[in-house]
Amino acid sequence: MSKIQKIDRRDFVKLFGLASGGILLGCTATTVEKKFKPAIDQDYFAPNLFVHLEKNGNVTLIASRSEMGQGIRTSLASAIADELEADWQYVSVKQAIGHEKYGNQNTDGSRSVRTKLAPMRRMGAAAKRMLITAAAKKWNVAETACKAENHHIINKNTNEKIFFGDLVEAASQDEVPAEETIQLKKVEDFKFIGKTLKSVDLDDFTHGTATYGIDVRIPNMKFAAIARCPVTFGTVKSFKKDKAAKVAGVEAIYEMPRLIPPTGKFFGMLGGVAVIANNTWAAFQGKLALAIEWDKGENASFDTEAFKKTLTERVHKTGKLVPGSRGNVTTAFNAAEKTVAATYHVPFLVHAPMEVPNATAWFQGDKIEVWAPVQDPQTARSELAHFFEIPIEHIIVNVPFLGGGFGRKSKSDFVVEAVAISKKINAPVQVVWTREDDVQHSFYHATSAQYLKGGLDSSGKVTGWLQRVGFPSIVSSFKPLSDYASGFELGQGFINNPYDLENFRLESVKAEANLRIGWLRSVVHIHSGFGINSFVDELAFAAQKDPVQFRLELIGKDRILTGKSEFPFNSKRFKNVLTATAKMANWGVKPTKNHGFGVAIHYSFYSYVATIVEVSVVDKKVKVENIWTTIDCGLALNKDNIKNQLEGAAIFGMSLALYGKISTKNGAVEQHNFFDYQMTRMKDAPKIHIHIVDAMKEPPTGVGEPGVPVMAPAICNAIFNATGERVRSLPLADLGMV
Amino acid sequence: MKTTLSINGKPYAVQVPKDMPLLWTIRDIVGLTGTKFGCGVSQCGACSVLIDGNLTKSCGIPVAAAVGKEIFTIEGSSENLEFLRQAWNDGNVPQCGYCQSGQLIAATSLLDATANPTDKEIDNVMSANICRCGTYTRIKKAIHKAVALKNETV
Ligand code: FES
Ligand code: FES
Repeated sequence: MSKIQKIDRRDFVKLFGLASGGILLGCTATTVEKKFKPAIDQDYFAPNLFVHLEKNGNVTLIASRSEMGQGIRTSLASAIADELEADWQYVSVKQAIGHEKYGNQNTDGSRSVRTKLAPMRRMGAAAKRMLITAAAKKWNVAETACKAENHHIINKNTNEKIFFGDLVEAASQDEVPAEETIQLKKVEDFKFIGKTLKSVDLDDFTHGTATYGIDVRIPNMKFAAIARCPVTFGTVKSFKKDKAAKVAGVEAIYEMPRLIPPTGKFFGMLGGVAVIANNTWAAFQGKLALAIEWDKGENASFDTEAFKKTLTERVHKTGKLVPGSRGNVTTAFNAAEKTVAATYHVPFLVHAPMEVPNATAWFQGDKIEVWAPVQDPQTARSELAHFFEIPIEHIIVNVPFLGGGFGRKSKSDFVVEAVAISKKINAPVQVVWTREDDVQHSFYHATSAQYLKGGLDSSGKVTGWLQRVGFPSIVSSFKPLSDYASGFELGQGFINNPYDLENFRLESVKAEANLRIGWLRSVVHIHSGFGINSFVDELAFAAQKDPVQFRLELIGKDRILTGKSEFPFNSKRFKNVLTATAKMANWGVKPTKNHGFGVAIHYSFYSYVATIVEVSVVDKKVKVENIWTTIDCGLALNKDNIKNQLEGAAIFGMSLALYGKISTKNGAVEQHNFFDYQMTRMKDAPKIHIHIVDAMKEPPTGVGEPGVPVMAPAICNAIFNATGERVRSLPLADLGMV
Repeated sequence: MKTTLSINGKPYAVQVPKDMPLLWTIRDIVGLTGTKFGCGVSQCGACSVLIDGNLTKSCGIPVAAAVGKEIFTIEGSSENLEFLRQAWNDGNVPQCGYCQSGQLIAATSLLDATANPTDKEIDNVMSANICRCGTYTRIKKAIHKAVALKNETV
């Protein structure tokens, strides 16, 4: 972590376009990149976290995050407020733009709280020290005679107090206190951290005044829709535009060539035919009126049903051995009392955030300004610099609110599209995807097949574990012909299988990509969580053991796997979330008629999660009745936000288990909109019970994603408990169960 | 078509094709962006508005059908909407917030028609609205809370 710096007035204006004075502190939170991510051109070493104190007492956190529903802005603000001893009503959050001065703004991987909590706290503490110093000078007393409380500095001897705002001028003359003199509060003294805090954006959300990407309005802007080839990477052969040109409001129609990203980074854009109009609807109508003949290209025969068969055949044969395997499973299986084997499938999935991909761009010859709901404005910026050959310092990416992201909005293809059109028409333009575009042209969560085989000894102990997996790799989106899962993907729950297994073998099989592949909330953990939790349930049944007890034994004795991670896996915490959930759900009680209970546990993004689900199955139709989830995510920054996240993850995981499926015929996605890519709705929503483990002394770990991977397997295990029927292939809708 | 729309009690002169969906007229022509686009095919409720008090998906009706009627959007204010807003606030309902305009409008129409709805009645009306972030539990609780807040004040 870098030093906290005071930002001088000139830089201040440059950074924020604000002429106001006050104190502005900045520091850099460095993040260790744990996940594959396209390379970015430049290194940055500049502050990415700021806190601004004004004379009127306002404290503004300038957040280097894209808001995407994780309430992260509120959580980070609480850290500053706590150390500063601020009054919550003076605290607000401003969104940073995608400038390298703001450091890495990528919001993937549940990393945000993890890496930014400590620096946030230190900045709050530093600002407090500066205010105390100013007050002490004024009163001519020692600093130790002063304390901060509720937005005032108090003279402990006389009980006099001065409002923060009234000290700002004097404090801004001072230097930032030396790093080693900054003292942080004790966990037990937290006022905001770990408490229930309301989102700082609530009023905007309930009045329709929050500006999302799609709400951005620039004078004289146009609106554009793009017809893209139904088959991935297909191109325009020819098109007729007469009908489209006649749609009232349509102003121009252009063919847009595909922009192919250089190997290893960026997303490019698909290309197609763009319809530019003076309102969104005209652009949509114009697009529908186009008659396009496509050259469908090499993915034209891609059929997901056939691919599922191919993948299944592959996982039924020996694959490539993955380093990290240990022991000898063959001997273990030979010596086993019993072996169990099963094959599991997850289909392609799409994110479908409520706000469709969209971007507003203004190409102005020597500079580009963009307003776009992106999870990763830095990559967007580098990508624009690459494709449009504009120096990166002349590119501004403003990040408005995101109406959900779930991984879709970390790919900046829609931003590239907007800039390409703006350049062509020489005017600001907003590209809006229809929901059909979103469903049919995404970066999909990959489909997978897994084969698992396990051996049990006579006491029901697991003696060997073989797992073969195949899924198209995310890397294929950056490097063609990446036909095997990459190391970072297998590191999401497969190779770091948390069970105490002496004989463990992981194999990877070929899986080529015929769609664009991307990451979706909890990424590969969806596969590992489903395969492993379903299979452990099958083993428990074969061993005639209680599924919770069986898992506790399988996790094994208390141990901490250190390795290189700053967040070592602790088996005790894993067992603890399971026991806590079992207690909360009253595990062991016999289910009522037609009901069943299922359990799943998963370790992801350094957090420990256990879920128990109760389903009822009547006439083969499944209803999820109750969900109990426990998370141990270390220091819980904002408990109500974490709870909200886990409730949301339960619904998200339910949607994918019950309905989620993207399929293709002749290379084209068959689903269109919410009527055939369905979501869980309120009438199907279960009762959700969340428990957050009190682990305030542990560093904070992920909360947005870890609640997802447990849902599908817990539901399927509950169905087995209710009916004796195993669901090994998602979604339930395919089996007529919803 | 040249006409005047009445939105939240204010007149707005517009010139639009008469088959343009009300949603896009409100967003792109009138310039009120609180009403959201989610699907365009009456599946998600993000575009919900009230027309003469009736809950309507504005993506699904042409602007011509709203002429001469009173259109109510999230930028407006009504007794029930204000109680709902407070309850949404108290329950910290939104995540990304995008669907919440539509959720609040749908909930307003529910309370306008049913003073104290049961869970089932809430499910019936609110299941037309998708929240991809999954805030259903909180929405339901907040609707009950709004009723309680209202009862406290009478
Ligand atoms: S946008 Fe109208 S219902 Fe979805
Ligand atoms: S809060 Fe994000 S879609 Fe409802």
